Amino acid sequence: MSKRDSIQYALDWTTVFYFILLVTMGWISIYGASYDFEFEGSILDFDQRAGKQFIWILTAFALGGAILLIDHRIFNYFAYVIYAAVILLLIITIFVAPEIKGSRSWLVLGPVSFQPAELAKMATALALAKFMSRYNYRIRNWRDLIPLAFFVLLPFGLIILQKETGSALVFVAFLLMFYREGMKGLVLLLVTLAVVLFVVVIRFSISPIAEDRGTWGMVLAMGIILLIQFVYAFFYTRHRREAFFLMGGTMLFAVVSVVLNKWFVVNYDYVALGIAGASGIYWLFVELFKRYRKYMLLVLITFVSIGFSYTADQLFNRMLEPHQQIRIKVLLNMEDDLAGAGYNVNQSKIAIGSGGFFGKGFLNGTQTKLKYVPEQDTDFIFCTVGEEHGFIGSVFVLIIYWLLLMRILTIAERQREDFHRIYAYCVASILFFHLMINVGMVLGLMPVIGIPLPFFSYGGSSLWGFTIMLFILLRLDASRLERGR
Amino acid sequence: MINDTLQNRRWVIAGVFSAFVLLYIIQLFSLQIIETKYKSGAESNALLKKTIFPPRGLIYDRNNTLLVYNKPAYDIVLIMREIRGLDTLDFCRSLNISKSYFINRIAEIKDRKKNLGYSSYTPQIFMTQLNSEDIATFQQSLYKYPGFYVQNRTLREYAYPNAAHIFGSIGEVSWNDIEKDPYYKQGDYSGRDGVEYTYEKSLRGKKGVEILLRDSRGRIKGKYRDGEMDEAPVAGSNLMLTIDINLQKIGEELLNGKIGSAVAIEPKTGEILAMVSNPGFDPSILVGRSRSANYSALLKDPTKPLMNRATQATYPPGSTFKPIQALVCLELGGITERTLFGCNGKNSTPIKCTHSHGSPVTLLNAIEQSCNPYFWHAFRSTIEKEGYGEKNAIFKKNYQAWIDAMYSFGFGHRFEDSDVYEQSRGNIPSQKYFNRYFGETGWRAMTIRSLSIGQGEVLVTPLQLANSMAAIANDGYYVTPHLNKSDTMLLRRHETVVKKEHFPIVDEGMWRVFEFGTGRYYKINEVTMCGKTGTVQNPHGKDHSLFVGYAPRENPVIAIVVVVENAGFGATWAAPVASLMMEQYINGKIERKELYDRISTTVLNPNVKKR
Ligand SMILES: [Zn+2]
Repeated sequence: MSKRDSIQYALDWTTVFYFILLVTMGWISIYGASYDFEFEGSILDFDQRAGKQFIWILTAFALGGAILLIDHRIFNYFAYVIYAAVILLLIITIFVAPEIKGSRSWLVLGPVSFQPAELAKMATALALAKFMSRYNYRIRNWRDLIPLAFFVLLPFGLIILQKETGSALVFVAFLLMFYREGMKGLVLLLVTLAVVLFVVVIRFSISPIAEDRGTWGMVLAMGIILLIQFVYAFFYTRHRREAFFLMGGTMLFAVVSVVLNKWFVVNYDYVALGIAGASGIYWLFVELFKRYRKYMLLVLITFVSIGFSYTADQLFNRMLEPHQQIRIKVLLNMEDDLAGAGYNVNQSKIAIGSGGFFGKGFLNGTQTKLKYVPEQDTDFIFCTVGEEHGFIGSVFVLIIYWLLLMRILTIAERQREDFHRIYAYCVASILFFHLMINVGMVLGLMPVIGIPLPFFSYGGSSLWGFTIMLFILLRLDASRLERGR
Repeated sequence: MINDTLQNRRWVIAGVFSAFVLLYIIQLFSLQIIETKYKSGAESNALLKKTIFPPRGLIYDRNNTLLVYNKPAYDIVLIMREIRGLDTLDFCRSLNISKSYFINRIAEIKDRKKNLGYSSYTPQIFMTQLNSEDIATFQQSLYKYPGFYVQNRTLREYAYPNAAHIFGSIGEVSWNDIEKDPYYKQGDYSGRDGVEYTYEKSLRGKKGVEILLRDSRGRIKGKYRDGEMDEAPVAGSNLMLTIDINLQKIGEELLNGKIGSAVAIEPKTGEILAMVSNPGFDPSILVGRSRSANYSALLKDPTKPLMNRATQATYPPGSTFKPIQALVCLELGGITERTLFGCNGKNSTPIKCTHSHGSPVTLLNAIEQSCNPYFWHAFRSTIEKEGYGEKNAIFKKNYQAWIDAMYSFGFGHRFEDSDVYEQSRGNIPSQKYFNRYFGETGWRAMTIRSLSIGQGEVLVTPLQLANSMAAIANDGYYVTPHLNKSDTMLLRRHETVVKKEHFPIVDEGMWRVFEFGTGRYYKINEVTMCGKTGTVQNPHGKDHSLFVGYAPRENPVIAIVVVVENAGFGATWAAPVASLMMEQYINGKIERKELYDRISTTVLNPNVKKR
């Protein structure tokens, strides 16, 4: 059997099929998004975005094909080299890149510009996979995570320096892979909690409940903490009496403070902090006097969370310089909000909502085409799907992504080599993170973090980056039969 | 590592993936299928629905004289995103505003606590209702201020500085109005009171719409579907009022420097010929930019110029009640045309007479001489004619008949089928009221005797009183008083309970007032007039001066009521005002210039602002 034949035989065609499907649907959507009622350009007009994307797609196919022809061992042998090269490229970029839209992340080579950050995900995945597949390496305690953190934080920091905060945040996705490889689940939950609290506190710190009555930020954050306590007591320790007592007490306090508000100026920020604090003391009491011995962690999490929320709020509103605040506000779509009533997200929701069940039909979307939706062919590309193809089309696209993710998990678990499996989990995590943030942002469920929808969004760098990442995985997977030979 | 327990974590990860995909499908379902607000949001976004405001209907008087019309006005709107390179000083100079005003205004617009629907992408109103002079300089240099636009509007303009209470004014719609009637959008104007309010729906016309395609920068990309969805505006219908502007004007001038009101009605049709309330104001001060400042100044004025005293103020009618009282007592059988009662002049009990005349008194003389004791006896014999009965039941039945009769003349209730805005009910005291006050059996004719002479609890509005005069002029019926000439309302004829045969004697008594009684100095030559003066005790100060009447006696064309507050004898002030107004209406001009000048220049209340 020649090598070429074996690739054909061993290649996971299902994944390739999903890949081609997504890329094609993306291309059509880009044509829809950038279609101009006045010019009525062709989908193959190379001056238009759809035409350009067609070229990117063809080259991406070529690139994918080329990767399949490389010996799979190369990726393992050269993982660190690739990682080092990409890191070097990131450093160079900081110094030579021109400022485009406020970031210094694009390398311009004649007519082509390229974003090295898109390669960094793949390179970091390879390096992590290599390090973690070392003989005898396992994540047993927090010390084992230190070298991993180094691998992740280096490109993360460099990308932050390029002012591409969104792309940098993608590196958080590796936590999912760490979890699969042995990191405690609690770490994942705590990181999620911290992120949620931070976003909620900051994001809603500009939404006053009423004048001089505090903001929704702290109230929602404390609500989340109380909810966690309730769920813990109700479902995990099953001390339902205590859980209801917590709920009743909270309601009593809330009602009393609302009633008092009729006569006094009640700052709900402090009411919320007070209730959360009291709940922490309550669980401490349950722990010490009822000897349930299961609440120390909950008490700890409660107080750390309260402290974290309060510090985040104070730090953000009092300590940070205005320009630093703006950077975070932009990330959370608050800056735009201040000026435009949640303009982007609202427009995007309008566009999607106006699609209805069947959509308005191909090229009939008025919202996206009249340029109401910002970044309509890159970060907000999903809007076009929603507007023109409706609920049916949007769900179809989501299902394809879901099938692809499930397929990659299947591929990951069937690998015999740790290197392959770890890399596969990296790919799944990164794709998922992009999907979660991008679609969530378009649907108004996530803060506006400008990262592309994999295979869909316009742009050579991201399409190339994702294609390379996916095809390296396919190449590694195809080798599982070679070993058995 | 095949049997590694960590392998199970695959399912946790798959679960997280699936959970998010499911969450997003649910959100899609809610956005695209459940929620409907985004669909209209999309339309209002990409399709610029340019509202074309129709001209508001014009208002004419009964002789086709134009009273209210429209003049162009301008709003300055801005789109925050499009403003660039603004030379603030230059901008402020062109609009003649201060820099601090500019800064405050911008801050107000951006403050989403005050300006709920603020978006930097949509037009926001910067200044409203500027006139052509205000805008002239600005218009020329508009090209220098990208992001600013001028929007056309119309404002009301008034041909006469009169009849402000009748017209009412126009103001910006409230959120409440928008919720009640989806025709209105924020920033629209509608009639707030007067006929502008009552006839809002026909005066406003129908807004037109031109649908344009525009992109997110507001650039127009042509007409949507080549204009097939456009709608042309429909101009508001014109309104012809029943009032005679000359009569209205004379009435306002005559009440100058006095607090009071005058209502004139054409008896046959119920058309209100004039409805004066003083102090009033020039309707044009409640238009445009100065509206709110002027409005709050009027609101603070202790003489209450915003109140339409003709329909909202209530007074005890006093002696002007006597003609009605006579009719009701005749109808209910308390007296006949020949009934005589004794009068002891100032020594009469329980009510003394304010005039000196012979005794016993006939009904005719009692009306002419305004004899209080006569009407007390007539009232008592009407409601006590069958005694009291068990638990005063018979007495109460007869009192109720008296109440119903008064109601049939239009007293004690609003004219619900009228287009007159904001009427007071007045008061004809009910049985219930006296029961509560004196106990179920604790009151008799004696207890409520002041009702017999139009004092005490009985309260009427000038409009009600004028309407009762119309009913006498018509020998038994009235047509709901109204302001819209096109709506004759003749079908809304209300019969009083009094039979036609009882009217001539009252008519004669009122004629005698002008021939021999308190009205004789104010008779117009060659016109037979009927009337009755009244001096109403006012616990808060000097007596009110009242006059009621109609003319000519043979075929009445005008029924009138004049009230001058705190002016003393009815004969001194209210009667000449009424007489001059009747002269103006019947003869089309006033020949008693001297009388006119004397009355119109007399200031009885120095607090009333002269206009
Ligand atoms: Zn007498």
